[in-house]
Amino acid sequence: MTAMAKSQPAGSLLADYHVNGLFDEMYGRDGGVLGHYEKVHSAFGSLAREDFHAKRHSVDLAFLRQGVTFNVYGDSRGAERIFPFDLVPRIIPAKEWELLERGLAQRITALNLFLHDIYHEQKIVKDGVIPAHYILSGKHFRREFVNFTVPKDIYIHVCGTDLIRDDKGQYMVLEDNGRCPSGVSYVLENRRAMKRTFRGMFENVGVRPVEHYPQELLKTLQHIAPAGVAYPRVALLTPGANNSAYFEHTYLARQMGIEIVEGRDLLVRDEHVFMRTTKGLQPVHVIYRRIDDDFLDPTVFRKDSMLGVPGLIRAYRAGNVSLANSIGTGIADDKVMYYFVPRMIQYYLKQEPIIPNVPTYLASEEEDLKYILENLEKLVVKAANESGGYGMLMGPKAAKAEIEEFRARIQADPRNYIAQPMISLSCHPTFVDGGFEGRHIDLRPFILYGEKIVIVPGGLTRVALRKGSLVVNSSQGGGSKDTWVLYGDE
Amino acid sequence: MLSRVANSLYWMSRYIERAENIARILDVNLQLLLDFRSLDDEGMRDHWMPIVQAAGEQESFIAQKQRATASAVAEFMVFRQENPNSIVSSICQARENARMVRDQITVETWEELNRLYLFVLSPEARQMWLDSPTDFFNSIKSSSLQLIGLSYATHIHNEGWWFSQAGRYIERADKTSRILDVRYHTLPARGMPKTVNQTEALEWSAILRSCSAWDVFKSAYGAEVHPRNVADMLVLNENFPRSIRFCVERLNDALRRISGVSERRFSNDAEKLCGRLAAELQFCTIEEIFEAGLHDYLDQVQLKLNNIGEALFNAYIFQSFEPDGEVQLVQQEEQQQQVHCHDARGAVPRLNHLT
Repeated sequence: MTAMAKSQPAGSLLADYHVNGLFDEMYGRDGGVLGHYEKVHSAFGSLAREDFHAKRHSVDLAFLRQGVTFNVYGDSRGAERIFPFDLVPRIIPAKEWELLERGLAQRITALNLFLHDIYHEQKIVKDGVIPAHYILSGKHFRREFVNFTVPKDIYIHVCGTDLIRDDKGQYMVLEDNGRCPSGVSYVLENRRAMKRTFRGMFENVGVRPVEHYPQELLKTLQHIAPAGVAYPRVALLTPGANNSAYFEHTYLARQMGIEIVEGRDLLVRDEHVFMRTTKGLQPVHVIYRRIDDDFLDPTVFRKDSMLGVPGLIRAYRAGNVSLANSIGTGIADDKVMYYFVPRMIQYYLKQEPIIPNVPTYLASEEEDLKYILENLEKLVVKAANESGGYGMLMGPKAAKAEIEEFRARIQADPRNYIAQPMISLSCHPTFVDGGFEGRHIDLRPFILYGEKIVIVPGGLTRVALRKGSLVVNSSQGGGSKDTWVLYGDE
Repeated sequence: MLSRVANSLYWMSRYIERAENIARILDVNLQLLLDFRSLDDEGMRDHWMPIVQAAGEQESFIAQKQRATASAVAEFMVFRQENPNSIVSSICQARENARMVRDQITVETWEELNRLYLFVLSPEARQMWLDSPTDFFNSIKSSSLQLIGLSYATHIHNEGWWFSQAGRYIERADKTSRILDVRYHTLPARGMPKTVNQTEALEWSAILRSCSAWDVFKSAYGAEVHPRNVADMLVLNENFPRSIRFCVERLNDALRRISGVSERRFSNDAEKLCGRLAAELQFCTIEEIFEAGLHDYLDQVQLKLNNIGEALFNAYIFQSFEPDGEVQLVQQEEQQQQVHCHDARGAVPRLNHLT
């Protein structure tokens, strides 16, 4: 079933757009433009093709010149690429956003309560809500930190939760990223680019701002400073210029006005962290680390890590330095734990989840395993601890050999796999190959948990540029869009 | 300021200055060739090898077993990324250092440097180079000069800025000494040359033009080009911004602004060595320099500049705080650089302080 988009004069940009039967963000089932898109739709409709191309070109060029780029691992030339950017914004009306906001706040609250619990009393295990072996076998469960109290009892300070919409438009949580979620710099840069390019549209449409994210992040970080420090010094710890998110690290550090440090810039003396400066050693109190737990301190975790700081964990344990996010949050990222998040919400908050999970099967449960193995060609299989779209099987699109390979892998290590039905993500008009076509999108809002919970309106909308592809990750040929949350519903 | 950040700012401007100076040397010497009818292989080698030497890359050029023709030398000095001192390599490394301190430099500086980087790696740069080497060199020079202007006009003149000044002036002093040394084989080992023939005069004026010193030279010394006056201008002139003395004095200023220690005192070896070199340049005469031999003198200057650079590194960048930790630090640096090499985008990054 395809319907031609209505209400566009022939020859204009969106005139040839086909709503391809999937849930479309801009058009209703009948092909009519949805209320909250009307102004943007007519603005793009009245834009001459040449003007549109000129704008596209100038935005791409600006990104390249500013070095708004990411590195692709495994690319031997190490070339930096710009993250492809699509000019048509994704729009969320106020009513929808407010629901999402409540749902996300509910979720991060539950996750932080869960992390506190499993690193302390473990009530959720004792009450039989989550079987103990799932937690103890979690690759990112840090038993070294059991009974350690983290500053202000906050585990996840920055969370990137991936949301998708199914073929009926229902929002669902796809995964939580509670370690070092990245992408927020694109939210800010995309907005800047859109403001430069479509000056007039913003006022007319009524878009909520996102520019305060760095200040909010800084507040969140300052909130966890060790007690008794009058002027806490915050630093961002990066793996270095070769990391794929390095642009983001420098960007955030600059916006927050804090130092960006590498492991080799820091040093621990008497359980205090210092940075090496031209004027000698200067104390550091809060570290916004963009390095995984494993690499933080070679004397505790991976011995071969040269990215970390020897002694950092001792200083952390002594309460002289705070880390965001805390150590051990990776267990909440585990895709098996994801399965239990709705139960966490019920258990800790006595509420029903506002945003549901995608239905999930655990390969380590006998019944589920049977179902998974019988239906591999219909399911999406994910490794429990991978991210970025790696280690994934898309059953309906996979070759026979690939399916068999995953079958063997699942049977060998069921704890490490989950499966979900293939969700047909919502589509959004996107410029590809000289015209507009529907492409699948998701949404990653960024949630800050400090003195209070702050969610900057919208988030990063990622779009799968390949036709029919459901994988939106930048490393797998994805692009992004600016995300507009409206003040109103129209 | 973080030591690593200071180091990157220092090397960022040092590499930009290096790229500019290599462009200057090559441009003038390519133009100079137009004045000579034809040179055989030996003549070519005599003309070009000193220029390769000026960039300190004689050995790696010889290792390539290429004839020293204009195009081979220029290719080696401009585009060859295996040559760590080629223009393209220098720009890549300047940008790599800038990338490490993106949060410390202004958007304008970053965009210009990034533009230059994208340009030298693009096919358009090759085409421009084929169509008109002079246009190509001019675009490198003007980008470098624009970066200097941006640095003056848009950056806060704080500690980091003085580190970048230090990098720029130490590099420029070094390169001016090497440019001046290009024709040393035509000079007697000791003492002042009596006369110069027409070819030699052309070569000495090329040296002046490499340093944008031609016009100012004529107004100071008249049209006759004698090595004495050229050296006087490029070594001892107080006010010419590319003379060794001028550069060393600015370097001295920068070092003192970094430490806050006044003239005639010093707080570290870098200041002591630099103050001493500045005093030597201030009080010696050009006759004394020729007496000792210009080439040997310039060699000594380069050595002293290296020592100042090393002392600077030890004073601010590589301070040792705990004996045990230092081993680790060196290992970290090495590993970092190895990571670089793996995804090498051609430019072979090296330990900066050994360069």
